[in-house]
Amino acid sequence: MLKGMMKTKLFWPIIVLILILVINLFFDRSFFSIELRNGHLTGSLIDILNRGAPLILISIGMTLVIATKGIDLSVGSIIAMSGAIGAMTVADTASEGSGPLWMAIGLSLIICLVVGGWNGLLVSRVGVQPIVATLILMVAGRGIAQLITGGQITTVYYEPYSFIGGGYLLTLPFSVFIVAFVFLMAVLLTRKTALGLFIESVGSNADASRLAGINSKNIMLMVYMFSGLCAGVAGLILSSNVMSADGNNAGLWFELDAILAVVIGGTSLMGGRFYLMGTVIGALIIQSLTTTIYSIGVPAETNLVVKALVVLVVCLLQSAEFRRKVFGIGKVKPTGEQKGREGVTLS
Amino acid sequence: MKRFLKVKGLIVLLFFLVLLLAACGSTDESSGNGENTDNGTEQTAEDTKPEETNSDTEEKESDDQSAEKLVIGFSQVGAESEWRTANTKSIQNAIKDAGHELKFSDAQQKQENQIKAIRSFITQKVDAIVFSPVVETGFETVLREAKDAGIPVFLVDRAVDVDDDSLWVTFLGSDFVEEGRKAGNWLVEEMADQEGPVNIVELQGTVGSAPAIDRKQGFEEIVSKEDKFEIIKSQTGDFTRAKGKEVMEAFLKSDGENIDVLYSHNYDMAIGAIQAIEEYGLKPGEDIKIIGVDAVRGAFEAMADGKMNVTIECNPLFGPQLVELIEKHAAGGEIEKRIAVEESMYTMDQAEELLPTRKY
Repeated sequence: MLKGMMKTKLFWPIIVLILILVINLFFDRSFFSIELRNGHLTGSLIDILNRGAPLILISIGMTLVIATKGIDLSVGSIIAMSGAIGAMTVADTASEGSGPLWMAIGLSLIICLVVGGWNGLLVSRVGVQPIVATLILMVAGRGIAQLITGGQITTVYYEPYSFIGGGYLLTLPFSVFIVAFVFLMAVLLTRKTALGLFIESVGSNADASRLAGINSKNIMLMVYMFSGLCAGVAGLILSSNVMSADGNNAGLWFELDAILAVVIGGTSLMGGRFYLMGTVIGALIIQSLTTTIYSIGVPAETNLVVKALVVLVVCLLQSAEFRRKVFGIGKVKPTGEQKGREGVTLS
Repeated sequence: MKRFLKVKGLIVLLFFLVLLLAACGSTDESSGNGENTDNGTEQTAEDTKPEETNSDTEEKESDDQSAEKLVIGFSQVGAESEWRTANTKSIQNAIKDAGHELKFSDAQQKQENQIKAIRSFITQKVDAIVFSPVVETGFETVLREAKDAGIPVFLVDRAVDVDDDSLWVTFLGSDFVEEGRKAGNWLVEEMADQEGPVNIVELQGTVGSAPAIDRKQGFEEIVSKEDKFEIIKSQTGDFTRAKGKEVMEAFLKSDGENIDVLYSHNYDMAIGAIQAIEEYGLKPGEDIKIIGVDAVRGAFEAMADGKMNVTIECNPLFGPQLVELIEKHAAGGEIEKRIAVEESMYTMDQAEELLPTRKY
């Protein structure tokens, strides 16, 4: 039973996540307590979910991109763009109606789909390497965001805008519902239809997939558009949460956190396989780690070192080779494990 | 089929081109990539050409006048915040208002742009160079070139890390340690008749940046003199609103009602923290006293609303002070190596009446 559990990709990430959360207990007895304040559930766990929402979203998008053996470096910039567009649309609004809100959401999401599509076109139709193709937008996107905001931090005074990232529904932060919705859609589309299989197939061998009758170019185009859309939603959440547009700092380095979350979750950068649930757990690990660092009072200068150490531990635990050598557990035949990692099942 | 593919290919190519052009356009305007300074130098080069020809003919007659009118090159870091924009405007206006000629170059946060701009100032033989270095290191060579050309360099707002301090005339900028001390002094006074312990949480700026290090140091220097004060949590918020909010949320969850005072190294983090405190159900300004640095307009708005107790001024409007120094130097006066900008402190009660007068 235990052995079966340990074989799944999710086992080690979950253990690490639980470990991080438990460590908090030693410093703060009330870490796991959740109470009702002003009709909202509050507590550190809720904070982690709420704060982690943007990261989980872009990581979900990133997972599918990485599954096609691609990578999307532009998500951080798309966050900045989307937040800037959303906030600037409603910045001068004085009314309290929801009209401008929908316009802001619609406008930023459409733009994000377009820029995601631009990435997709470069990769699938022009044949630019994904890392280079998305690098273009990573640089240009932040520039566009700064252009939209005029390089300034603009505060939004339009109340309805705060609902996306700061509102509550059924006592829970609204952003949690957004994440749940996107996650469920992604899981249903990829696991209940053949789409997931197509994505994995394109990731392991795009040419073979094309010969087998899969439109690999469109699959690639689609995953980049989806990644752009996820980043767009994340950008709206982030900008609405602080009610401001910040082209310089919003989403800075998020692409790296997202890639890390995907890898911690067990998805290989070589493509061909993906684990959406693993990604969500990976993103939660990163966020709980951040929150932990803040709440247990690690000196600011050592933040990054602590983070790096934990990530190192997670990565080592993820490696079957390492586990076998150090603990002598998980004694799976190395060849079998290797096959499991590289191979792709089309059956 | 083949024709169809050709057409499709063409359309894709066209789309690619359009987007590429669009992308180029935006980078030019936004992140600059040195293009801007190129424009700048071109522009200034054009400016100087007629001047040179003029000077051949007019030199004698304008000689007595040129002692008055200086050509000043100003290389700014770039537009990064309201503070910086106010700083740029103040210096530009002060130079122009004093009747001097200004050559302005925006470095767009890139050192190479700044070095290029300073070199072009040197070749144009300006009378003084004013600059805010993007980073502390790597300016030694270009500063030496300026010194060899006999052009005085005035550092503003940010210092350089160069051993040879004869390379610049003076460094005019805010004294961040003093700002920290002011924040500490206010707190000591405010809490004078309160029994301890007073629990303080601190939101630091970007790790390693001069304002973050100095504001922390100055504050601790004052606060550590009395036992009742204790800084229970200190964490970086990267000077941003989002991080400030996130960190404050975590502080509130772990220490909650125990927090008496928040000391934030800038205004943006304080605003984020105020949002977090409100969402947590406490009253910012009352349940938790809030001390911020950067007396920007938004800080006065927050104070007028009663959400912030005090803001320490980090004054960007030192253009006139700078011009005075340049003129003094040109006239042969002695200038100290380090000059602090005149700054003050504003409390909640003053906010309402001062709000309309704030320029930034």
